Amino acid sequence: MGLSKAAAALALAAAGGLLSGCAELGGKPKSAPAIRINEDPYPSTYVRYPGVPTVIRHATVFDGDGRRYDDGTVVFADGAIQAVGGPGLPAPARAVEIDGTGKWVTPGIIDVHSHLGDYPSPSVESLSDGNEATSPVRPEVWAEHSVWPQDPGFSRALVNGGVTTLQILPGSANLFGGRSVVLKNVPARTVQGMKFPGAPYGLKMACGENPKRVYGSKDNMPQTRMGNIALTRQTWIKAQAYKRKWDKYYANGGDMPERDLAMDTLKGVLEGKILIHNHCYRADEMANMIDMSKEFGYHIAAFHHAVEAYKIADLLRENDICAAMWADWYGFKMESYDAVKENIPLVHNSGACAMVHSDDPNGIQRLNQEVAKALADGRRAGINITDEIAWEWLSRNPAKALGILDKTGTLTPGKMADVVLWNGNPYSDYTRPERVWIDGAEMYDANDPKRRPVSDFELGQPGEGDVK
Amino acid sequence: MIRRLFVALMLAGAAPVSAQTFAIVGGTVALGDGSQPIPNGMVVVRDGRIVAAGDIRMKLPPGTQVIDATGKWVTPGIVAGFSRLGLSEVDLSAEGSDDTTTNGPFSAALDVTTSINPLNTPIAVNRADGITRALVAPNAGKSIFAGQGAVIDTGADMDPITAPRKFQFVELGETGKDKAGGSRSSAYVLFHNALREAAELGRYAGPIQSRRRLEAEERPVVRNPNESREYGLEARRSEDVLLTRFDAAALVPVLRGQQCLFVHVEKARDILNVLDLKREFPALKIVLVGATEGWTVADRIARAGVPVIASAVNDLPASFEQIAATQSNVGRMKAAGVHVAIGTIDDTDTRNIFWERQYAGNLVALQRVPGATGVSWGEALAMITSRPAQAIGMGGEIGSLAAGRRADVVIWSGDPLEGSSAAEAVFIDGVRQPLETHQTRLLQRYRYLPRRDLPEAYRH
Repeated sequence: MGLSKAAAALALAAAGGLLSGCAELGGKPKSAPAIRINEDPYPSTYVRYPGVPTVIRHATVFDGDGRRYDDGTVVFADGAIQAVGGPGLPAPARAVEIDGTGKWVTPGIIDVHSHLGDYPSPSVESLSDGNEATSPVRPEVWAEHSVWPQDPGFSRALVNGGVTTLQILPGSANLFGGRSVVLKNVPARTVQGMKFPGAPYGLKMACGENPKRVYGSKDNMPQTRMGNIALTRQTWIKAQAYKRKWDKYYANGGDMPERDLAMDTLKGVLEGKILIHNHCYRADEMANMIDMSKEFGYHIAAFHHAVEAYKIADLLRENDICAAMWADWYGFKMESYDAVKENIPLVHNSGACAMVHSDDPNGIQRLNQEVAKALADGRRAGINITDEIAWEWLSRNPAKALGILDKTGTLTPGKMADVVLWNGNPYSDYTRPERVWIDGAEMYDANDPKRRPVSDFELGQPGEGDVK
Repeated sequence: MIRRLFVALMLAGAAPVSAQTFAIVGGTVALGDGSQPIPNGMVVVRDGRIVAAGDIRMKLPPGTQVIDATGKWVTPGIVAGFSRLGLSEVDLSAEGSDDTTTNGPFSAALDVTTSINPLNTPIAVNRADGITRALVAPNAGKSIFAGQGAVIDTGADMDPITAPRKFQFVELGETGKDKAGGSRSSAYVLFHNALREAAELGRYAGPIQSRRRLEAEERPVVRNPNESREYGLEARRSEDVLLTRFDAAALVPVLRGQQCLFVHVEKARDILNVLDLKREFPALKIVLVGATEGWTVADRIARAGVPVIASAVNDLPASFEQIAATQSNVGRMKAAGVHVAIGTIDDTDTRNIFWERQYAGNLVALQRVPGATGVSWGEALAMITSRPAQAIGMGGEIGSLAAGRRADVVIWSGDPLEGSSAAEAVFIDGVRQPLETHQTRLLQRYRYLPRRDLPEAYRH
């Protein structure tokens, strides 16, 4: 699909060149038809690995859509969920039957905020590729061009964390940090081999301390929060002009405007094709960013590190913005000073879209436990949310924020079979994934040392990636 | 099963009810000594100390305050094995709020106690989550020697220091290499030289009693074994010295084994280098801090009898000194006979100490992961209570619910190694602590958002 699109774009480009040549010769000026720019030049080459028709029975199932089945059954085949229900569900022919007694089945966890691959282990200068901190406005960079597929962290997120999908974002040094990429947590030689087919791009934006610190310390703009906002607005004004130029060109043809990679990304946002993931801690700053999105006509998919989301949960609900939060991080910087441990349940309770996120190669291995903490803190504050509803924070809502809810995030028939079988209640510290399937292919089995990935980097090292 | 002990509690002049005597009954009691939890146990406290705890029934004087912990869990307070608790209110770009940088002219002589602020928010946040004591280490500045760490309590009072100058902290791994100028060889020469200077100072210093009688105004106010004034007037020094007199003096008790030496290393090779130091200077009371690759040389650490304070679930090759990282490190060292405690090394050591119990729970989880090595529930709790205390020779004082220990007791809503459980009552030295924090106040303010007659700022 992606390849043929690219080929078509090339063919058009060649044709366009010929046409404009003819027009010159003909003497009579006539607008050449517009040439569409290929918007997917680094397409996904991910192909799901083979799986077998599988039935898990007698497990406690959270379907990710708020439903729970005790003595539940999950059926998947051909890479997709076939059915979820009670003990009576029939199995497809020649299906492998797994006894899930005493175990839990959930959708694979989706981490909406990770830097695996662009800040990989080992954390050394040569591999530090998360912040293009050379200008506060860098929408032209794409995180996928920094991702090192051999980051050992991917394997830990899979086998300890049950993470099947993750968004890799550029860092937050810049107001516009660049494009994010959504990956399947399946090892590959290339990042293209991990790219989630059909996932929209995201654009990382940041407000608050980081941009003003990074550039202010170099006596560059922004040095203040007002500088942050001014420079961001100024950039959107340019992007609107750029978009107008291209809209006109696509409507009327003629001379192709000069392409600008940075503006291409911002144009994609204004067209609704690229989703905004906005690093923003403080309530007042999120409110400013919401007004900015209205000023320039785009929508914020999610605020990340939204430590003060609880103060404006109503605003988030009214504007249909998700909030990605930690369970209990606090005070490591001023903008995280007002953290409360009930943030996630408070946001959920207000009717807004709540998510847990890691931003951390260790935390990504325990996102289920982070939800367990937040859920319990919420209940102690009188916010009664069921276990099965709380799973939405781990898969459904992140899928929504990433624009892939039609493909994964819940155990809905027809969706990708991204499934975790836990060896107990996943809200317990004593529980770990026992088996993990991605698109119905078994990528981890705790009982089979060959069913777990070892990165190239760790091959032959002592311990070999925590396998030996 | 342990047979129940029936003990009568004798109080001198038992007639008036002592407000400082109380008993916690009916809960699941875990002693923190490595044993498994005891259903329907009892903990008795008098005058800030544990009288008895566990599978006991004690006849209490009439009127003794009895706290019903039915359905709850009762454990010793969590002891942060290695932390920077109390040193920083806000870590980044908030000048005036932290006390973690030590780039002044002194190194080993630095004493972290003056930097600890008991009113620090992270102390309250961790107290509210059942952390009652912490080993607090200074950060290394220009030297491989960071200075002297302390044991503190997290009590809501202005006296946080339990034991000052309990250990000297030295960096001999990657960080030490950098401080020493870029090579381990350099770090080791610096280390040897420092001990030489300390030895020289110690050798020439007369015992305190033999000195001339000091005039009143000359007399040291603080009398502690590494106070450099003790090596003052008659202590001669060579001319080729690198350390200030204060720093050399601070290393005398280390050299004599009167003060623990915490050595931060991660790599297997570095661990063995440190074990060599132990052979070279047998009096040193070395504690390994970090030891991510400890499992690869666990038998040798065990043979040397050197305790380890490790990060619990460090499983990423985060640096070239942690290439062999595995979440089984702690379990494997323990299985090899190493004394292991949990700390927050290169973690969020100024504030998220409360993650230690979640980490301990994860060590328990590893028992059920094929190929991995975990630890028992009782041992996991011990690793965040009594094991760090024992590593610094304070096991008789803190970290477990045994007769005579300081009464640092936590009543939990459930199993404390589950992150979903919360501390419901926290006692330090037998004193019940407030559990309110900046965070709990914010929750109250913003629990309900609808607009009222006055702004949120009036809700307090």
